[in-house]
Amino acid sequence: MKLSTTTRAAVLSAALAGTLSLAACGASNEGASGSDSSGSSAEELSGDLVGAGSSAQQAAMQAWQAGFNADQPGVNFSYDPVGSGGGREQFLAGGVDFAGSDSALDDEELTAAEEVCGSSGVFELPNYISAIAVIYNLDGVADLNLSPATVAGIFNGSITTWNDPKIAADNPDATLPSTAITAVHRADKSGTTENFTDYLAKTAGDVWTDGKVGEWPISGGEAANGTSGVVASVSGGQGTIGYADESQAGDLGIANIKVGEEFVAPSAEGAAAVVANSERVPGRGDFDFAISVNRETTSVDEYPIVLVSYHIGCVEYDDQAKADAVKAFEAYVISEEGQQAAADAAGSSPISADLREQAQTAVDAITAAG
Amino acid sequence: MTTATQPAPGGTEQQGLVERHRQLPRFALAGLFAVGAVVGVLASVLTGFNLVLAVIYAVVLGTLSVYVASRSVEGSRKAVDRLVTCVVTTAFAVAMVPLVSLIWTVLGRGLRRLDGEFFNSSMLGVVGEGGGAYHAILGTLIITGLTALISVPIGLLTAIYIVEYGTGRLKKAITFLVDVMTGIPSIVAGLFAFALFAIFFGPGVRLGIMGATALSVLMIPVVVRSSEEVLKLVPNELREAAYALGVPKWRTIVKVVIPTAIAGLATAVTLAIARVIGETAPLLITVGIINGTNLDPIDGRMATLPVFAYYQLTQPGFPPEFAIDRAWTAALILIILVMALNVVARLISRFFAPKTGR
Amino acid sequence: MTTTSAPPEPPRPKRRVGDRIFAGSATGAGILILVVLAGVAAFLVSEAWPAVTAPAGDIPGGDGLTAYIAPLIFGTLLAAVIALVVATPLAVAIALYITYYAPRRLAAGMGYVIDLLAAIPSVVYGFWGIAALAPAMVPFYVWAEEHLSFIPLFAGPASATGRTMLTAGLMLGVMILPIISAISREVFSQAPALHREAALALGATRWEMIKMAVLPYGKSGVIGGAMLGLGRALGETLAIAIVLSASGGITFNLISNSNPSTIAANIALKFPESTGLDVNTLIASGLALFVITLAVNMLARWVVNRRADFSGAN
Repeated sequence: MKLSTTTRAAVLSAALAGTLSLAACGASNEGASGSDSSGSSAEELSGDLVGAGSSAQQAAMQAWQAGFNADQPGVNFSYDPVGSGGGREQFLAGGVDFAGSDSALDDEELTAAEEVCGSSGVFELPNYISAIAVIYNLDGVADLNLSPATVAGIFNGSITTWNDPKIAADNPDATLPSTAITAVHRADKSGTTENFTDYLAKTAGDVWTDGKVGEWPISGGEAANGTSGVVASVSGGQGTIGYADESQAGDLGIANIKVGEEFVAPSAEGAAAVVANSERVPGRGDFDFAISVNRETTSVDEYPIVLVSYHIGCVEYDDQAKADAVKAFEAYVISEEGQQAAADAAGSSPISADLREQAQTAVDAITAAG
Repeated sequence: MTTATQPAPGGTEQQGLVERHRQLPRFALAGLFAVGAVVGVLASVLTGFNLVLAVIYAVVLGTLSVYVASRSVEGSRKAVDRLVTCVVTTAFAVAMVPLVSLIWTVLGRGLRRLDGEFFNSSMLGVVGEGGGAYHAILGTLIITGLTALISVPIGLLTAIYIVEYGTGRLKKAITFLVDVMTGIPSIVAGLFAFALFAIFFGPGVRLGIMGATALSVLMIPVVVRSSEEVLKLVPNELREAAYALGVPKWRTIVKVVIPTAIAGLATAVTLAIARVIGETAPLLITVGIINGTNLDPIDGRMATLPVFAYYQLTQPGFPPEFAIDRAWTAALILIILVMALNVVARLISRFFAPKTGR
Repeated sequence: MTTTSAPPEPPRPKRRVGDRIFAGSATGAGILILVVLAGVAAFLVSEAWPAVTAPAGDIPGGDGLTAYIAPLIFGTLLAAVIALVVATPLAVAIALYITYYAPRRLAAGMGYVIDLLAAIPSVVYGFWGIAALAPAMVPFYVWAEEHLSFIPLFAGPASATGRTMLTAGLMLGVMILPIISAISREVFSQAPALHREAALALGATRWEMIKMAVLPYGKSGVIGGAMLGLGRALGETLAIAIVLSASGGITFNLISNSNPSTIAANIALKFPESTGLDVNTLIASGLALFVITLAVNMLARWVVNRRADFSGAN
């Protein structure tokens, strides 16, 4: 007993000492500001830059922060991945400087935004594009082709086994087992689901009758939390199928989706291309690049199931330092370097040159009031 | 079974007045259990081997053979006692299975990144490999410390009020409302703290102290409920003895009641801290997350270990392995933190507890 | 410091300053709890109100608030009941084992290990549940569907991933096990030594001693611990959100992949992307959870108070 007391005391004091030394030394990767930015000719900015919103952008934000702070170590940047709804709400309440959101502001929110940003309105830049893959786990089927109506049938529960004639029609050469299909969908409300159901509603509207929704509308099937949950569920079962960001698919099978007359695998280029060739939502501000993705595309170079996530901010800020910081940050994000950093860290698709040119006009327009 | 009638040393023969007790020696019991267990394993092997079934058969048959043997040799009362011993031990073993599996999983996946870098760097500017939870560890320590600072005095005083002072309606109301409070879902506590601070600082406010407030809402009732149970167990004789000596009530509480219950109180507080230190949902709403270090709980967002782990797991980036490893290590560190807390609680109870029987 | 000629009835000495301060602060702490709770309740009601008064069609699902919340309430109760049924007997057995059966030298360490498990964050339980527990349960579900499907609980079809209500309930059981057992252990070890020794001296076996001297004494503590555990089980958020495949309505079928969600998990899953009335609806469901816990706790108090005579202080 005596011994154990001393042992525990030793452990305790070691723990305390550890904590104290932790507190004393500081994070090794922080501090030492500005010493390595000798190459950059840009003026030194400072102040806080706070964003919040889409959790899908979290990994990309991490990369953008790293790149941005290398140029501008004086800006104290933070991004809180509270979710798109929360991000828009905080932005509209003036709580954050910009929002990350998986969907553009709706009309009501646009009106509200005028109160925060003034008459010059908001910018919305589709800075994060990610292909959504239909992933599956089925032994013996290495290659799977699916047409939009088949995907819709699988996910609304009308196709229940893998050897269903509709799947067989898409895959004449494959030997399909009679395994039951477990369709895995997102349990949480998400931009991924919204983009996926938008695709189904537009390309297979007669099979998928529930429209574009963020919250899975049908009961039945398997529900999983977040992209990582869907991937875990699909890999954990046999005969499972789900939808998730292509970069997270890992070893799982990825279905080719019928576009026009051919079956197309998801790719970064295809995702960027479909966004580049989609139309802007009409009747919005000059710098509001909200996009209505062309899901019905027939070009085989495009992959129509994509998640488009925006950066939303004010064109005019009250404060010069804030405006400069937002401007510098967005300029970095849309630059080739910034997009490539996000692609490396989050597996997103870099935006096309045209899109970058458009976005640049918005970035150039960011100013301080007065 | 052949050993059952062997005269045990200590002599059963001389006990003329007392009824003779025949007793199974220890090793006979172990042997019986083993025989039953072997039969059970064999049975499962014959029906197609399955580890889980084998263990179940073995335990059931082992227990049965002990019971039957004991019943025939020692009588039914003793047999029931043996049966209960087997059942309780088995239940303990059953309960340990998921717990061990859990610890094993966390250790197995968390040790990979338990290195120096994890402790002394934050996530500022880290992409992919590397990085650490320095900011989150300190954030968790600060916020949990603040929470304890708010909750423990309030909780303890309330428990003392309920047990020692409370009378009539107010006591009933408080007891009842503490019960109600234990049922506040953690996310609702977070929403409450958020709404409260939003009134004063506007929406979009994120502070460490908000997190501490939300966690206090969760922690106070746990402190009250468990310390109330413990205080109630202090025998009334002790209080009466103190009063009889003319000791004022408050000194009786401070010098007699609390020291008697200190071990239980320390457990209660530790449990309560343990309950909140891993809370994720309310901190997601109130404290948010940042990649750099912020040690000031009244200025801006802070990183905390559970939120850090949650985001590293759910938004791992590409490739996901690095972030997922960080998440498990963060979970492991959380457990280690609580372990350290437990040691502190135990030291407190050892130093301050009066020497009693058990 | 004997007092003046006070009336002899109760030994009530003159209220000293220390006494007054101490009693005052204790009462103040109690009242503070009232205030906090009133704040939470006021917040919940005011935020839930728009959803209560909104037309049925505007509520998510389109069938009104009751239709939205009912399956959630059902799911919450079902998961918590499974957890409690599984955890309470095990926790009592653990507590008894540690206090009265385990070798003395090991007992302290075992108690320590169990305490520790109360501290594992729920996210970790969730990932353990989905990584280890759910796959391990799949063979059992397949077997149960084949052999036990006549019982409605095991009607099937068996889930291919194991992320079912039963898995969630078992996981919750594991989560609340340390809470219940820690408190039970504390009260069991406090059972008066005199009673215990008297029982043993009268020739009782160890089990009879426990049955006569320990269990009656510890009963209220066990129920108190169980209620604390239940509180955690009812309000558990992220672990359930991660493990349970919540894609269905009210059903007693425990082994399929269509399960009702629980209130707290549903809030966690839907809150980040919700705005406007959706948020109010979620908070209204939080209010429902609040009321459920209130009812459960009232019941528990009533049970405990019927046997209050073993408590030392009253």
